[in-house]
Amino acid sequence: MRSLTAFMALVVMAAALPARAGGQARLMAEACAACHSPQIHSGIPTLAGRPAGELLRLLLAFRDGSRAATVMDRIAKGYSGEELGAIAGELAGGVGP
Amino acid sequence: MTGRLSRRALLAGATALMATPALAAGARRARVVIVGGGFGGATAARYLRRAMPDLGITLIEPSRLHVTCPGSNGVIGGLGPLSRLEHGYDHLRSRLGIEVVHDTVAAIEGERRRVRLGGGQWIAYDRLIVSPGIDMRWNEIEGYDEAAAQIMPHAWKAGAQTALLRRRLEAVEDGGVVIVAAPGNPFRCPPGPYERAGLIAWHLSRTRKGCKVLILDAKDSFSKQALFQEGWKALYGDMIEWVSGANNGRVVRVNAAEGWVETDFDRFTPALANIIPPQGAGRIAVAAGLADAGGFCPVDPVTFESRLVPGIHVIGDACIAGEMPKSASSANNQAKIAAAAAVASLAGQGFGPVKAINVCYSLLAPDYAVSVAGVYEVADGRRAAVAESGGVSPLGADAHARKAEAEHAADWYAAICADAWGA
Repeated sequence: MRSLTAFMALVVMAAALPARAGGQARLMAEACAACHSPQIHSGIPTLAGRPAGELLRLLLAFRDGSRAATVMDRIAKGYSGEELGAIAGELAGGVGP
Repeated sequence: MTGRLSRRALLAGATALMATPALAAGARRARVVIVGGGFGGATAARYLRRAMPDLGITLIEPSRLHVTCPGSNGVIGGLGPLSRLEHGYDHLRSRLGIEVVHDTVAAIEGERRRVRLGGGQWIAYDRLIVSPGIDMRWNEIEGYDEAAAQIMPHAWKAGAQTALLRRRLEAVEDGGVVIVAAPGNPFRCPPGPYERAGLIAWHLSRTRKGCKVLILDAKDSFSKQALFQEGWKALYGDMIEWVSGANNGRVVRVNAAEGWVETDFDRFTPALANIIPPQGAGRIAVAAGLADAGGFCPVDPVTFESRLVPGIHVIGDACIAGEMPKSASSANNQAKIAAAAAVASLAGQGFGPVKAINVCYSLLAPDYAVSVAGVYEVADGRRAAVAESGGVSPLGADAHARKAEAEHAADWYAAICADAWGA
């Protein structure tokens, strides 16, 4: 229950952060496009436009090791929960030129 | 405007102009000029356009097609044609309205904020992004110059050198020894020489008998070392031998005409020598005063603005980015940050630190890859890996995991190229 509350708090922040932290959140999310192309469909899934809650749940699972990964576990560990929330929020808004 | 001003008035005004955001100047459209159309420069162009639809953007790149270094070891190993690694500038030009100029840059004048093309024309900029990659430091290995590279290819810039090394490899006969000489740090693509050794072994193990790949290294350790050594053993037995710097692996002298390679104590006459020499920032960066005594360009780790010449961002292999490796992935992320920092500067806004990512795959065979990933923050004035994050693929993983990473390597290549040159 407590973890669910914490998760919901991050989802709320995910929606609020882009407006507040502006460019920083967007820039963190833009880094994802190097592998997760909005234009090319491959074995690496497209992220842009997927719901923030779903993306954040995946990122947190990669970070705590509960979801198997090749590189995403190593990358997610480089960010705080708040940062992952901000990234998820930006991606949900559709990052990518 | 400049025509009606005396030189003195112009210089006096320059100080004031520098303190004024370019966008506030009003009438004139701000312009960012980018030098170099590789992963760094092309990505910067795309993300500048995304941030500012009305920004003037000029990309200067001598080649009409960029041939990527990522993937080029596969071409040498015979996994695919060089043409698969070529990327043009049509998308940037016609879809994004970026002015792409195919010329060299002869000079950069940081004080006057302008660059001179090889053709003589001057182009003025408000911000400059320099992404020239690397150039070889000829003769640092005695006897290894541009002429020697036609016989003992470096293939450390993709294109004609890649094709040459592939042709030379195809001529190696049964029992032949191929030397890969790896440089000391820092250099472009730290795992690259070792990926290459593996893919050369892959080719030779399938087409020849009794061949060997000898890596003569200036270093005592290398990127993803345990993973490479584990994989080489599993895939090729004892075919690949690595000689560390401490074990006299550093190549100090070559004679291309006579075909020999020397370390301090030994002389080798291999069937083929691939000499990867010491490198520095691309020549134009050095000529512009952007490089330090070590040959690479010191930058502010937050904005990638040069510490030596204001108004110029240096990204990619040419810059000193702390713990971020010199890779396509690093250049791509640095480009996004530098583009945003340039736009913030044009708007007279501040710019805070943003974390950056590097992901790099190395093939040991077509269906066997390992990776390194890292997240880099700004700490103590430099880019440093975030504690408890990043790292390499696990040792001892099964064939399925290695194959999955090989598939990801191909998908990564398609995605990052689309991110830079458009899809």
